[in-house]
Amino acid sequence: MNSIVPAPIARQPWQMLIPLFALVAFGAAVLFSAAGGHMQPFATSHLFRFAVFLTMASAMTLFQRPLVQFVAYPIYGVVLVLLMAVEAIGAMGGGSQRWLNLGPLVLQPSELMKPAVVLALAHFYQSLPAGMINTWRAIIPAGALIAVPMALVLLQPDLGTSLAIAFGGVVVMFLAGLPMRWFVAGGAVAAVVAPLAFFFGLKEYQQRRVTTFLDPESDPLGSGYHITQSKIAIGSGGFSGKGFNEGSQSHLNYLPEPHTDFVFATMAEEWGLIGGLFVLLVFGLILRWGLKVAHEARDRFSKLLAAGMVATIFFYVAINLMMVMGLAPVVGIPLPFMSHGGSSMMTNMICIGTLMMINRWNRQKRGIVG
Amino acid sequence: MPRRRKPAGPPVNQSTLQNRYDRRSFVVGAMGAGVGTLLATRMAYIAIAENEKYATEAESNRVNLSLIPPRRGWILDRNGAPLASNRADFRIDIIPERMANPVQTIEKLGTLLSLDPGKVQDLKDKVESSRGFQPIEVATGLDYEKFAAITVRVPEMPGVIPQRGFSRFYPTGPSVGHLVGYVGPASAEEYEKDRNPLLVTPGYKIGKDGLEKQFEQELRGVPGARRVEVTASGRIVRDLETREDVQGDAVRLTIDGPLQDYAARRIGLESGSVVVMDCETGELLCMASMPSFDPNSFSDGIGRVEYAMLSQDERVPLRNKVLKGLYPPGSTVKPMVSMALIEAGIDPEETVHCGGGLRVGNRVFGCWNRRGHGSVNMAKGIYQSCDVYFYSMAQRIGMDPIAAMARRCGMGQEFDLPVVSQFYGTVPDPAWKKQKYDRDWAVFDTVNATIGQGYMLANPLQLAVMASRIATGKQVMPQLLTKSKPTIFKPFGFPAEQKQFIRQAMSDVVNGPGTAGRGRLPFPDIKIAGKTGTAQVVSLSISNGKSGPWKYRDHGLFIFFAPFDKPKYAGAVVIEHGGGSGAAYPIARDVMTFLFDPQKGLDALYGLEKQWGGTAQQRLARKYVAFASEAGEAIPPAPTRETEIFDRVDAEARMEAEKPATEASDAAVNRTRNVESDSVGSPE
Repeated sequence: MNSIVPAPIARQPWQMLIPLFALVAFGAAVLFSAAGGHMQPFATSHLFRFAVFLTMASAMTLFQRPLVQFVAYPIYGVVLVLLMAVEAIGAMGGGSQRWLNLGPLVLQPSELMKPAVVLALAHFYQSLPAGMINTWRAIIPAGALIAVPMALVLLQPDLGTSLAIAFGGVVVMFLAGLPMRWFVAGGAVAAVVAPLAFFFGLKEYQQRRVTTFLDPESDPLGSGYHITQSKIAIGSGGFSGKGFNEGSQSHLNYLPEPHTDFVFATMAEEWGLIGGLFVLLVFGLILRWGLKVAHEARDRFSKLLAAGMVATIFFYVAINLMMVMGLAPVVGIPLPFMSHGGSSMMTNMICIGTLMMINRWNRQKRGIVG
Repeated sequence: MPRRRKPAGPPVNQSTLQNRYDRRSFVVGAMGAGVGTLLATRMAYIAIAENEKYATEAESNRVNLSLIPPRRGWILDRNGAPLASNRADFRIDIIPERMANPVQTIEKLGTLLSLDPGKVQDLKDKVESSRGFQPIEVATGLDYEKFAAITVRVPEMPGVIPQRGFSRFYPTGPSVGHLVGYVGPASAEEYEKDRNPLLVTPGYKIGKDGLEKQFEQELRGVPGARRVEVTASGRIVRDLETREDVQGDAVRLTIDGPLQDYAARRIGLESGSVVVMDCETGELLCMASMPSFDPNSFSDGIGRVEYAMLSQDERVPLRNKVLKGLYPPGSTVKPMVSMALIEAGIDPEETVHCGGGLRVGNRVFGCWNRRGHGSVNMAKGIYQSCDVYFYSMAQRIGMDPIAAMARRCGMGQEFDLPVVSQFYGTVPDPAWKKQKYDRDWAVFDTVNATIGQGYMLANPLQLAVMASRIATGKQVMPQLLTKSKPTIFKPFGFPAEQKQFIRQAMSDVVNGPGTAGRGRLPFPDIKIAGKTGTAQVVSLSISNGKSGPWKYRDHGLFIFFAPFDKPKYAGAVVIEHGGGSGAAYPIARDVMTFLFDPQKGLDALYGLEKQWGGTAQQRLARKYVAFASEAGEAIPPAPTRETEIFDRVDAEARMEAEKPATEASDAAVNRTRNVESDSVGSPE
């Protein structure tokens, strides 16, 4: 298709990028409203960060597959060391800590671990001989790769992120072809362990979040407040919303965290069901594109890596939206591309960048083959 | 699945894995799509199906309806002048449950408003003992600067509520304290009883005593409402709409405001009460009881210093003496007893020789005049207040006709008045004594009762009613509220000449050769009639009743009506421990003077107030300052329940009311001498 559009531009995956741009711009508009009708402090930095991380993602596409496979374990190792460092600094400081201050940069290693664990597992199953997939060698090392960072993140304590790490990892294992009965057994074990973990593993505030999720009205002014107010915001938006900058729940501070975890509620109040369906549609387009990239990938590593990245983004979106609509407990997971916050933007753009990179590999191969 | 089949299964190779990947990625994608559909459905459900519910909740979040306390109805006197009105003011309230750090905030308020340490301590106590949702008043009547100083700091002091409002104002202060009562914030118990959100609205006060309490529903009015948009932390963003309040209905009394104030002030340094009524209509013109409290300063809560000062005062400023002071009526019953005697067939001209005393059984009952009155007929018995005449005549007819007459005249009667409570005293008779003490009526009981001592007890209102009924011969009933048409009272059916006879004898008490010569009105054409009384409090062996410790002195009483030949006004004055009736009738004289000629009355009052050191309100304020500076902070806090404040006084009142009755049973020691206040019976 030789047309007026230059090849380097025509080559870009516009079927994903255009919805993504629209979503980020929409997110900026919602943040503009959440700041009471100002670009500062949320909307400007949201757009700026997106620009920075989009550049990063574009740069990532230039990496070649052998290099990526080569650095897979080292990257995992470095992030794991960073996680331990956070733990150590936290312990020395006499409290829990999730952040690492590196000069002007504030780094949250647990966020980096989400794509890193997918990368490491994809590489692991790529190098695992096909015949060993039904043996313990297929699961023990992979399980360790997931369990160690999960444990470290749980210590912080950050239940939401550790579940996100586990989810990405488990999806890769599932797609790698491990025997189905292991997942069934794992599910059964989880069903037994979950109540035990709830009573003995979770901190009190985490337990309360779960109990109030089950019955938000039990404590409407305490920890059920978040869910109740979020549902009020979404429900009062109706079909077409109250209008831009007209949301009373967010503007009068009834909605907690209107610019981060509950940005969807802020949006839904002002844009209504139409806005909500738009957001769902855009995420649908982006994730479907991601799955298409995974499907088109020719080798096992690329397939698993791409699918793992899609799973990571999906986990964010699904848990956040379920949380704001009262279908999941409040776990503190932001909505990708809309919530204000650098760490989640970075993680999600790493996922997008990786998918764009694999998309490029797919085209290169086609070019070579065809 | 049998274990053995596993090794037997086909070997896993790349294409198997590719197949598995394809199948499983389809499953994963389908599950993702399923989750997406679930989310879309859920959102549609919340936003469309439950839209109405959540829109209402968002609205109730956003819009805060705050009640505007209604302006309280005025309490008016018979001429429409306010005894209780409202004053616009700036006020500060606090709601403890909304306060982040109550102690710190109160201290800050104390500094900003320059409150004294006692008040700050009171506030801290109240915050501690209160139920959190009840507003507590910090200050009212603030000037604009102080009000503004608080208003700008509201965001940093949650729970502090500055507002413009109205506060209750009693122009004559202590003069109407007992009659009108006072207002205050509703207590937890009151809120339990009446779950009206108005009761916990900052700035709203309910009647706590007297007429304010009695007419609470009429005076309350309808609250206004203000709809404001508020943030989650309660900051008001903007006003949406305001509905004005509807002021409560006015209550119009028969009380003559200036007369009430005059009488209260005229009581002066004494402790006592003045009742004046229109004896044609039964309308109460004045029900003054002093010393009193200032209802203006009670409405912001009763401070510890104020409470200590009032409760430690032996003159019990917290008791409404008109209704709850019970006194032996003394010789004021003699006109009433005379009517009983005439009705029983005693000839008024029949004489008794008074030699200064009368032997009854083995005891001698003295006349107040030890030298004796010589030959005494009924008229002289009244105007000279000769005890011996009544001792001997009463023995002839017995107690029952006297007790019946006493009841007809209003003694022992509870009147249908809008008051919180009234004590109705005792009219003793043989049946009563048998029932109460299980002892038979003795002759000396009749002798005691016939001069208003012994078991007989009455409150000043009853004495005023007795004066009205004697003056008119009709069953006058007192009333406190103005009525559109005057009540017609049924006559008792006394013969006209008998009525005339008693009126003349009572006129002679003042205007003739009687015991209250100094009680004459300064008008040539208006004459007052009356009867003095002195009620002994302790036996003569303890005190002579005229000097010595205040609480051992005799009560001074006076009942009266005027003009004597065509009675229009009647009343009673009781001065506790005044040392005799000489303390009472000059007050009656001045009050009646004021009624007929205010200027003349006031001239007399100004002279006296100069000696006393100001009006009652001024003296009370000065006393408070002196008391507060002397006592400092070492004062126990006032009781938290307002009712307790009056309960305590009521209990004492009742105890005291019982006392004369028990002492009187020891008549031989106590009642052999009855003292009349004027040292010598010289009619001056």
